[in-house]
Amino acid sequence: MQIIDRRRNSQGKSLANRQRFLRRAKRQVTEAVRQASAERRIRDVADGEQIVIPTDGLNEPRFRHDPDSGRQDGVVPGNKQFQEGDRIPRPSKGGGQGAGREGSPDGEGTDAFGFVLSREEFLDIFLEDLELPDLMKKSVGRSEQTTSERAGFAVTGAPTNINLVRTMRNSLSRRIALRRPSNDEVAALRQELAELEVSRPDSEDLDELRARLVRLERRTREIPYLDPMDIRFNRYEAVPKPITQAVMFCLMDVSGSMSEAMKDLAKRFFMLLYLFVQRRYRHVEIVFIRHTHRAEEVDEDTFFHSRETGGTVVSTALIEMRRVIAERYPVAEWNIYAAQASDGDNLTADGAEVAAVLARDILPITQYFAYVEVSGGVGELLRTDSNLWRTYIPFTESHRNFASRRVGDRSDIYPVFRDLFTPEKQSA
Amino acid sequence: MPKVAKPIAGTPLFMEADWSYDAVRRAYDAIEEIALGELGLDVYPNQIEVITAEQMLDAYASIGMPLMYNHWSFGKQFAYNELLYRKGARGLAYEIVINSNPCISYIMEDNSMAMQTLVIAHAAFGHNHFFKNNNLFRQWTDADAILDYMQFAKSYIAKCEERHGTRAVERLLDAAHALMDHGVNRYQRKRRVSPKSAKKRASDRLRHEEETYDDVWQRTMPGDPRQAPDAEVDPENPPLHDALPLPEENILYFLEKMAPKLAPWQREVLRIVRQMAQYFYPQKQTKVMNEGCATYVHYRIMHRLHEKGLLSDGGLMEFLHSHTSVIFQPDFDDKRYSGINPYALGFAMMTDIQRICERPTEEDCEWFPEIAGNDDAMGTLRAAWANYRDESFVLQFLSPNVIRQMRLFKLSGGQDDPDYLVDAIHNERGYHKIRKTVARRYDVALQDPNIQVVEADLEGDRTLTLRHEVVDGNLLEKNDAGAVLQHVADLWGYPVSLVEFDGASDRVLCEHGPAEPRG
Repeated sequence: MQIIDRRRNSQGKSLANRQRFLRRAKRQVTEAVRQASAERRIRDVADGEQIVIPTDGLNEPRFRHDPDSGRQDGVVPGNKQFQEGDRIPRPSKGGGQGAGREGSPDGEGTDAFGFVLSREEFLDIFLEDLELPDLMKKSVGRSEQTTSERAGFAVTGAPTNINLVRTMRNSLSRRIALRRPSNDEVAALRQELAELEVSRPDSEDLDELRARLVRLERRTREIPYLDPMDIRFNRYEAVPKPITQAVMFCLMDVSGSMSEAMKDLAKRFFMLLYLFVQRRYRHVEIVFIRHTHRAEEVDEDTFFHSRETGGTVVSTALIEMRRVIAERYPVAEWNIYAAQASDGDNLTADGAEVAAVLARDILPITQYFAYVEVSGGVGELLRTDSNLWRTYIPFTESHRNFASRRVGDRSDIYPVFRDLFTPEKQSA
Repeated sequence: MPKVAKPIAGTPLFMEADWSYDAVRRAYDAIEEIALGELGLDVYPNQIEVITAEQMLDAYASIGMPLMYNHWSFGKQFAYNELLYRKGARGLAYEIVINSNPCISYIMEDNSMAMQTLVIAHAAFGHNHFFKNNNLFRQWTDADAILDYMQFAKSYIAKCEERHGTRAVERLLDAAHALMDHGVNRYQRKRRVSPKSAKKRASDRLRHEEETYDDVWQRTMPGDPRQAPDAEVDPENPPLHDALPLPEENILYFLEKMAPKLAPWQREVLRIVRQMAQYFYPQKQTKVMNEGCATYVHYRIMHRLHEKGLLSDGGLMEFLHSHTSVIFQPDFDDKRYSGINPYALGFAMMTDIQRICERPTEEDCEWFPEIAGNDDAMGTLRAAWANYRDESFVLQFLSPNVIRQMRLFKLSGGQDDPDYLVDAIHNERGYHKIRKTVARRYDVALQDPNIQVVEADLEGDRTLTLRHEVVDGNLLEKNDAGAVLQHVADLWGYPVSLVEFDGASDRVLCEHGPAEPRG
């Protein structure tokens, strides 16, 4: 007999098979990922998760009997009350397979097939038709701020920065090294001495004990419990750092003219921006502002799914954004990004107001303001410039942190996105 | 290998919960003594391999083989099992054992020492004995060569992928896997006459007839229709049809040998899949017996270890806990019911055989006169393990006692009946019926549809015809049949159709196809 330890053998023996499986199931997986990302909140977009795909195309067909055809004889265990000749109603199909049903021999009836994609696999597929570049290389205006960061220990410093653990550790090792008697040791000796003084006051041991006690006490006095050389301070260094928090404003026109397809395009754009911003900042908040002829801050579900009727006054959204910033996001502490999606409709009279608010209040404090104009299809791209587009055109010239693009189709999203966030393009 | 001191009788082999190499070795030696000495088992040399849970999942995905070529379906299996495992919906098997020489048993590193002992008794001796001695395994599988063959298969298919592209190999394997159930020889082949010797035989016969030609005889005797001039066979060119060994039920074999358009490497890949199917064919026919044998053996061994004081009470309790969950048989109306548990049935029957041999009742003497009271349970069982498969084993040994214990009853119903009829229950009149029905359920010949290649129109448009012999009106599942037929057409390279005949009346019940090959 031999015992062999195989635990160190390579683990991912099935990896090749898994890749083949994913490639095979590509269409279904892509579809499922699309669906999952549509249902998913922007914030969770990149989390790997269980996805469920239909088994068509992944089915492994065999010649097998149709369980519903022909005559069925079967023996089952656990008879409690039946006599020969009794009749048992046939269980309804699809329902409880328990009673009476022979059950397909070893058919694991998998109509849909669920499994877990890793975060990378999910992102790969999600961004597949978007050709994800290395987002880290793209830079959007660096913010200048320093924070102090822990950097080891120092022997000098302010009392508030004393590192107790490190200090006590030094103290303990010094006391052990110099053999400082512990309090227990001294107390034990005292007790012994006291007992002896009572029981045998004339014992010779007394003197010796007294002498030992004196020695111990002297040692205790001479070797301090905590010495200045034990003390350590936390050391901080000022590190220039981007502000670690950012807020991303999603502005969207939700008036009747925005179709579901347009909203889907907008959502994809927001997702990309989120992924992008998220890679640069530790903490990212998202604010959703929807508008018709009036604007309000809403949660994500309402933002994407509920409909409002009304006219279209874009300036209301900008004013709402200004209000939220003033209320919750001090400019000094937050990087502010804004992404606006609209079909371009705006009340003609509102153009001046939009331009004024944007130039005066919004653009000076935002890191970046991206406007995408979504349209239902290619045909619509050919129509004349929309109201909003005309309002925004001057800003693309005058402000480097403002950009606008048109998007007509899903596959446009990524190129447009790249376009918007490539530094050379901005300066050009 | 270092010699380990024999444990003194009466002291447990191990007390700690965690396993160690020493403890495993001690346990193995003690088990070996019981298995070979007392139970008289006969096993291949053992090789025990310790693996992690992840590797166990890998092994699951490659149908238990340590080496396997790459195919997406194994990835699918893996993803599926992994999900269930992660969710906690399904535990992993404690072991996997491979029918090879030496016999490889995988044991999981997470098992406790008591579990490792159980696993060694179960796999390294129970399954091992069965593999080595059962007639089907001896006849159809080659334990000495399987690992080398799988090594060859893996590298051959990898090479094919390099040379012909992953896509092409994948499509071929898809098709081959779909036909795996129809890629086994159920009987030893009779030696076929090669076309060359057939020709020679035909011309010999002709020569003989010429030499013994008797004009008078020919003119006086009434004409033999076979001698009619239009049916005369040209000895040089017998019809192509006769060159084909039809009918043929091993569809994969037929395609491998006869499909006109396959490249040599494609034939080799079909052969690999066919060999695998053949290797696993006996396992399919002996689920109840194989698991029953292993379960019975571990049960005997673990109790014997405990009797000898080699297994602590705690160890025995732990063993019993997992033993009872393995042989648990939920009732038909239980949520957990999913068919008869082969472990439960096998174990119940084998313990009952032991009882019949040692303490027979009057009923037993009537039902099993050959073995009742022969007082040689192990001998009887060893003979059964060697010579039967599930179907015949049940037919021979399912006793009224087991039928009563499991409260088996028979249901039947046609496809349009609203109800099932309770046909037989555990009483005098029912025993035989129940036994026969259970046996039929394990008859692979009835489980797998009986499909044969019956016709290949080589002189016409080369359409291949398959015939399904329908039993009891059980037709093929339509979608799957269509999909498999498509695969057959892709391999054959010309149209393929499938006709379902009623076995009894020879009536056509259903026709599929013809499927045209995809480009």
